[in-house]
Order: sequence, then structure tokens, then C-alpha cells
Amino acid sequence: MNFKGFFLKANNELEGENFIPRARRITCKKCQKKVSVSQIRKNSFICPECGNYFSVRSRRRILMLCDRRSFSEMYADMESENILGFPEYDEKLSAAREKSREKEGVICGEGRIGGVRCCIFAMDAYFMMGSMGAVVGEKITRLFEYAAERSLPVIGVTVSGGARMQEGMISLFQMSKVSAAVKRHSDKGNLYVVILTNPTTGGVDASFAMLGDITLAEPGARVGFAGPRVIEKTLNQALPKNFQRAERVLECGFIDRVVPRDGLRHDLERILKLHAGYKR
Amino acid sequence: MQDINGETDMNDYDIVLRARMEGRLTAKDYIDGLITDFMELHGDRLYGDDRAVIGGIGFLEDMPVTVIGIEKGKDTAGRIEHNFGSANPEGYRKALRLMKQAEKFKRPVLCLVDTAGAFCGIEAEEHGQGRAIADNLYEMSALRTPVLSILIGEGGSGGALALSHADRIWMMKDAYFSVVSPESCANILWKDTGKAPMAAEALMLTAEKLHAAGLIDRVIEDNDMKKLSDDIYRQFKGLTTIDPDVLIEDRYQKFRKAGY
Repeated sequence: MNFKGFFLKANNELEGENFIPRARRITCKKCQKKVSVSQIRKNSFICPECGNYFSVRSRRRILMLCDRRSFSEMYADMESENILGFPEYDEKLSAAREKSREKEGVICGEGRIGGVRCCIFAMDAYFMMGSMGAVVGEKITRLFEYAAERSLPVIGVTVSGGARMQEGMISLFQMSKVSAAVKRHSDKGNLYVVILTNPTTGGVDASFAMLGDITLAEPGARVGFAGPRVIEKTLNQALPKNFQRAERVLECGFIDRVVPRDGLRHDLERILKLHAGYKR
Repeated sequence: MQDINGETDMNDYDIVLRARMEGRLTAKDYIDGLITDFMELHGDRLYGDDRAVIGGIGFLEDMPVTVIGIEKGKDTAGRIEHNFGSANPEGYRKALRLMKQAEKFKRPVLCLVDTAGAFCGIEAEEHGQGRAIADNLYEMSALRTPVLSILIGEGGSGGALALSHADRIWMMKDAYFSVVSPESCANILWKDTGKAPMAAEALMLTAEKLHAAGLIDRVIEDNDMKKLSDDIYRQFKGLTTIDPDVLIEDRYQKFRKAGY
């Protein structure tokens, strides 16, 4: 347990990328101090010096939440194609695969949390900022359908800049597709818990990120529909300090709990236990 | 009623510009042209009444229907009154309230979509713009009454989608429906809004392209109200005979296959 980080106010307020480059030691963008990556890793990807939250890769996120060796991935081979022949999209996809070491921007599968069987998906900021194209939409939709058939809860970790422009209207329609699948899953009495992480915006915010039975968020995570710069430009005024931050969104009534990263697993266990095992 | 000019050499960006042109028919014009005895109903029953969205009940020929439109306004005063057709969460919630009402009274729902996008503002965000749009997609997917959405001008991203989770989506030939405005797209990808025409070409946003891709169901060639009224009437006659469970399943599959 790292007590140094424990007393610091969680700090998730950097704009834009907060990735960990491939290196042993990096400079934290927030406090400008040199920190070793292994220390960051041990500290739930939070800067041990200043409490800055780094982006967590989807695969790592799942390991952090699931019981050891309980996770088995589904739909792992699905990869995006440049359906519209959009300029430079092929190159962007290759770069994203390289950078994320994943085939797509979401990982789905089945596992256990606190012994409770559940389906889980985690989006990946390292893959085109978690943007949602046809494959991301399809994988999440399939997961909800799979979970609905087997009466399993779904845990979803969101991070996204929104719909993936390079797939045009096909990506916009993924919002409808996933939302409809969430509804079907819900109508059968199944639980869906969302964990909003920095940032969850655009078309993902305006669909399955906002449709959980219980909505958790990491401290300081940006959660909103329109990008802050767009709003600033439209209104021609500075935005309030806490605008679109998880704490403020909670005050506005759209988040149940803001939970520090190292407390998420515990909260999920409690929630899952409260929803399992008691049959009238 | 104005006519769509028979220009044939319009590129995709011309269509976008045309869809935004002042003097186009707005939702109100379609309501006047299609619906008799239209009675406007106000408010979302939660917070307010968003004038960017107008909704109400009336007759399509002899059939009671619910109509919901995003209204841009005609002149400057009208545009300000209707917030230039950019809805706040209250607008989407009013739309959903009226759809639920239509479901209760077994009326089909006609949505007329014309928006550059959902409103970007501090209050819009803090009142839950994302949640409001998500809720519409979620609830419309299981609405037990037919919904037909017609894109009559601009179909700006999630703000337009929130009224388009329908059994049938029709588009005016010179309307567009896009995940992002071509200008924003060009700006984000190439840091150059001047490349908007290139973005427009790539985004697959015209009625013809979307129809060819199977994402929308019909391209409306001109705004002959009598013909449009007949077509909508016939469509609703057909859809209302379908068992609601089948209707919902078909609607599910319609969006389910997007991209697959």
C-alpha cells in the first residue's frame, strides 16, 4: 500500500492524452516529476508523487477488476476495416494497433469479480482515444446479448472521445444498436454497472455510458457530451472549474458514486453481491 | 411551397450547404402541409419547455398521429426563439414524453429532423444532454408504436439520432445525416476547415449514399406535400397492422445490422 498517494487528492484533471510511454522512467505531465513506471503500475496507474491518474490499458483494467485468472476474452479477433475508404484511416488503424497492442478499442469477455460470474468490457484510450466504430459497437452489443441470454450482469468501463468519424453514419448507428441491446438486457432483469473514466464523451456518453443501473466514475474524469473547447467557442466564455468533471456530474445527478481507482474493485464486489443470490 | 431545384451536379458538400440554407422548409412547414388540426403540446414535465423541439397531435388524413419536429425558425426572431434548431435535454425529454403518450394511445409517431446538432452549452451539459439522448435511443428501441423519422434538412450527429431511432428513416434528397459536421471533421483530422468538402465526400452523409448503404429506407425526391402525405399515410397503415412485438424485433434488427 502506498500511503503517499493515499492522502493526495485524486488528480485526473489533465486534458487530452495521459498515456504512459514505453520507458522505465517518465515525467508526470501534472507534477513534472520523474517517476518510475513500475511504481506507477504498483500504484494503480496513479502518480505516486501527485495523484495524477494515468490512462489504463483495457487489458490491464480488466486484470485490475477481475478475480485472478478468471477472465476469458470473447470476440478477440474482430478488427475494423476501412469500410468507407476514408482517407488515412488505414494508417490510423495500424498506428492504433501498434500503440495499444490491441486489435480494437474495446476488450470484452466473461470473468468473475468477488466470485460472481459476470460479463465485462473495457474500452481502450490507447486505441484512437476509445472511439466507437462498427467493431466496438458490435462487440459490446454481442456481449449484452450474450449476457442477456445467460442472465449475467455486465460491467462496463468506458473511455471514449465519441463515435469514430472515419466510419461515418455506421459509427453513429452503433449508439442506437448498443442502446437497444442494453435495453433488452435490462428488460430481462439484469444488472449493468458502468465505470466512467477520463474522458467519456460524445456518442459514447450519449448512449451506453449513461444507461447503467449503477454509474460509478473515477475522480476527476471528464464526463460529458460536447467537448469543452467546442462549448467554450460556442459560448465565448470560460467554463466553470469543475465543469464536466465526475464530481460535478454527480452533483448534477448523473453519477451514483465517485470512486478512487483502487476502490473500484471493492465497490463492484459489493454491488454484485447485492444483486446475486437472493431469489424470492 | 418551394421546390427542390433540379440541380444535378451538386457535390456532397453542396448538399450540406443546401441543407442549411435559409428559406428552406422547416418542421413547421411540414406540419402545416401534412397535418390538419395540429395541436401543439408543451413541456417535458421535468424542468422546462424547449422551443427547439415542437411536438403535438393532429390528423394525418383521418389518422390521429403524434408529430415531433426540430424547428430552426424562419426569420431572425424565429431562429432565436427556436435556438437555431439546437435542442437542450428538455427538448429530447419532451419528445420522449410525447412518444410515450403516443404509445399509450396507439398513435404512430412522425419525427421531422432538422438540426445542426444538440445544443452545446453549460446548462445543456449539466442537465444531462448525453443522458437525454441516450434515454431516447434506449426507450425508442422498445416503443410499442410505429415511428417514422424524416430528415428534412440537417441531420447533425447524436442530436439528430435522438429522434431517428425509428422503424423507417426517410430523407429528403437534399438533406444530410452525419456523424460529425464536415467542418469539424476537417478541422479535427486535417486542422483545416477548408477541407470540409473532402470530409463531406468521405463521410457518406447524403441521402443517396445512405440509401445505397441500407442505412436509410427512402429518398424523397421533392417536397410535394400531397404525395408525401400519401406515402406517410400508407407507411403508417402498414406499420400499425404489425404486432408490436414483431415491430420492436424488426426495429432491433434494423439497427443491429448496422456495419454488419
